[in-house]
Amino acid sequence: MIVLNVFLVGFLIVCAIAVERTKDLLSAVIIFSAYSLIMSVLWLLLKSPDVALTEAAIGAGVTAILFIAVIARTERMES
Amino acid sequence: MDDIILRTISRLIIPFIEIYGVFIILHGHVSPGGGFSGGAILGTSLILYTLVFGVEKAQKKFSHKVSDIAESGGILWFILIGLVGIFVTGYFLTNINAGFPIGEPGLLLSAGMIPLLMIGIGIKVASTMITLFHTVIEEAHHGSA
Amino acid sequence: MKKSVILLIFFALFILLVSSLFTMPIENSVFAPSYNATTRYYIENSVRETGAINLVAALITDYRAFDTLGETVVLFTSIVAVVSILRVSKKTKGV
Repeated sequence: MIVLNVFLVGFLIVCAIAVERTKDLLSAVIIFSAYSLIMSVLWLLLKSPDVALTEAAIGAGVTAILFIAVIARTERMES
Repeated sequence: MDDIILRTISRLIIPFIEIYGVFIILHGHVSPGGGFSGGAILGTSLILYTLVFGVEKAQKKFSHKVSDIAESGGILWFILIGLVGIFVTGYFLTNINAGFPIGEPGLLLSAGMIPLLMIGIGIKVASTMITLFHTVIEEAHHGSA
Repeated sequence: MKKSVILLIFFALFILLVSSLFTMPIENSVFAPSYNATTRYYIENSVRETGAINLVAALITDYRAFDTLGETVVLFTSIVAVVSILRVSKKTKGV
């Protein structure tokens, strides 16, 4: 179990750095969505299913869709 | 997006997502979940409907008027439940002392005002998600710019 | 020069934070600082006082219900701000 935890936290850090480094905002939103899914699995491993449910629905679903809707109205590339 | 596969699959799957959301809201005091997560799932199902069938058809299902009523109704329902406590005991948002039936712990009809409050929060969160998405999408759809 | 100083400061901070990690109590420990009298009171009395077997639901909608009302007001305020700026109505359609 602890190996899985360490692997997930490592993936989380990689995702967080990748979101900050990418110039393409659409890719950044999708990486951020992956970050939220990993975070949801981590909440489940920390024995809090309530937060995991909310994180999966809001973090990976609604936030990504709202960001994509805003990107569709503005520019895709970071200047 | 006019795609027959997408339309057929989402017509099949959207009722199940909505039933799951309602289940999570109503069972908030018995199993993990509650108003926020269930409302977010309900909102996501209607966002999927908007993405597949377009804004015009979704506006017929969830118009501006319904959105206004749900937005203010959710929060007014919450305050109304709290005011019952004020009139009976003198304290805002009182559960058992205000006379809400507690029932047997573990059953669906138990825990006094908690399921009622969960329904209010669920309506509020779901309509917030849908209204936010519709408002951002619709101006891009028939905006003048 | 400036960059290396910043890097050094961040590295020192990193070492400090990681070293404090080893003094934390292990998971589910009785000696963890978050397990105090308040937690014990909720675990022992929440079913009797609220009737909900989900402790989280009992906390956010009974003991801390006023907090939840505040969260709902925050959602309401945000949606009012967004709608008042962005909504397309019949009056403003041609603008």
